[in-house]
Amino acid sequence: MSSPVPRRPREKAQVLDETALDRALTRIAHEILEKNGGAKDLAFVGLRTRGVSLAHRLAAKIAQIDGTALPVGTLDITLYRDDLGMRGTPVIRGTDIPFSIKDKTVVLVDDVLFTGRTIRAALDAIIDLGRPTAIQLACLVDRGHRELPIRPDYVGKNLPTSRRETVAVRLREHDGEDRVVIEEPEEA
Amino acid sequence: MGWTRKDLLSMRELDAAEITLLVDTAASLQEIASRDIKKVPALRGKTVVNLFYEASTRTRTSFEIAGKWLSADVINFSASGSSTSKGESFIDTAKNIAAMSPDVVVVRHSSAGAADLLARTLPCAIVNAGDGAHEHPTQALLDLLTIREKKGHFEGLHVAIIGDVAHSRVARSDIHGMRKLGMTVTVAGPPTLIPPFVQELGAKVSYRLEDAIGDVDVIMMLRLQQERMTAGLIPSTREYARFWGLTLDKLARHARPDVLIMHPGPVNRGIELSPEVADGPYSVILDQVSRGVAVRMGVLLLLAGRREGDGA
Repeated sequence: MSSPVPRRPREKAQVLDETALDRALTRIAHEILEKNGGAKDLAFVGLRTRGVSLAHRLAAKIAQIDGTALPVGTLDITLYRDDLGMRGTPVIRGTDIPFSIKDKTVVLVDDVLFTGRTIRAALDAIIDLGRPTAIQLACLVDRGHRELPIRPDYVGKNLPTSRRETVAVRLREHDGEDRVVIEEPEEA
Repeated sequence: MGWTRKDLLSMRELDAAEITLLVDTAASLQEIASRDIKKVPALRGKTVVNLFYEASTRTRTSFEIAGKWLSADVINFSASGSSTSKGESFIDTAKNIAAMSPDVVVVRHSSAGAADLLARTLPCAIVNAGDGAHEHPTQALLDLLTIREKKGHFEGLHVAIIGDVAHSRVARSDIHGMRKLGMTVTVAGPPTLIPPFVQELGAKVSYRLEDAIGDVDVIMMLRLQQERMTAGLIPSTREYARFWGLTLDKLARHARPDVLIMHPGPVNRGIELSPEVADGPYSVILDQVSRGVAVRMGVLLLLAGRREGDGA
């Protein structure tokens, strides 16, 4: 691959620790129930990779609060990206939504909301699978810099960032810890 | 691990990581076949040309469906009914098609090296869909995907490839792929149909069907390619069927109960496979065909989705 070796990012600040991350998810779970008047006909669809883990955690919280076990699906939006051929080898890990989304309110879950292009692709991907009643968007961090008219329904943390920074969501399931940090490229 | 090749010409040129990437990508794409709307926009605006100089049902249809499910525009070209019948040469036809700016050209030809020649001549991605008795990489990839889905892994499996190995591009591609993934391969057939180089490819050789199918996980039966036979390589098809045809009786007496029966198609029923075996519980022949579409989607996606300027 001919891309230059990226400089190692440096951790600039911690945004959420384990407790704050869990509280944010608890609040989002309550907000989802409040906005939809309960858990009837709700379904979660997580965006690979960390959105899937967050979707499972939200479903677990709703099961605790409301006693309803909501279905959770996995969405891979690679085939819907608008930048195929610009980012190197597309890695397809597969979509797995083992329930009908027809007449359901689908809550899309992603870790970081940035330009909105991923969500644009996800909306197309969901609609190709059927016609949901509504699609709502939950994200753990909204870092701004939208390039499309997309807004989240549920946000864990609004986080003003500069474009050169990255927001890293680290989750137990993948990274062995629960926290969110801002990273910036190491100065040369 | 990224994909850096412009073309997919052979299994011989791929390493284990590249083969695994192709098989993994295909495995993830299988889900599209079960959707109500079998279409994703990944290759919107890309053009795939099927350039087929030899008869084909499965491969061409499968590439066509794969391209269409990925939203590419797929154009089929076959030698009959084209300027080839007016005497235009292969390379001239190919250059003319390339002048219409396709992104991928899928080529099948009776001459070994035809895909390689195109890859060196044309700027677009070339997929070898069978060149003479040389290679047929997408068939090997779908065989590998089928084996992994049924057996769960590759390492340590033993495969018997039976029959007309001499004329089989599938056998060649399969042997390369299977050996690279840590599988053992035994080829078996009448001595006139076993080429001398198979041992150099790392395959064992047997001259008795009953010995070859004894302790294997997969039996790959090959089609007797009578259209490619110029000399009397076998005494008669009846004799061939008697010694080399796979029947329920031979399976029951010699093979393991969990063996998979595969065949690249088209099947000569009653010659290399008895109908009871072809349609029987061990047979995964139609699974191979279904997975062929996923494999070809994966190949088209990796070739057309390759970043401009990557690799050679």
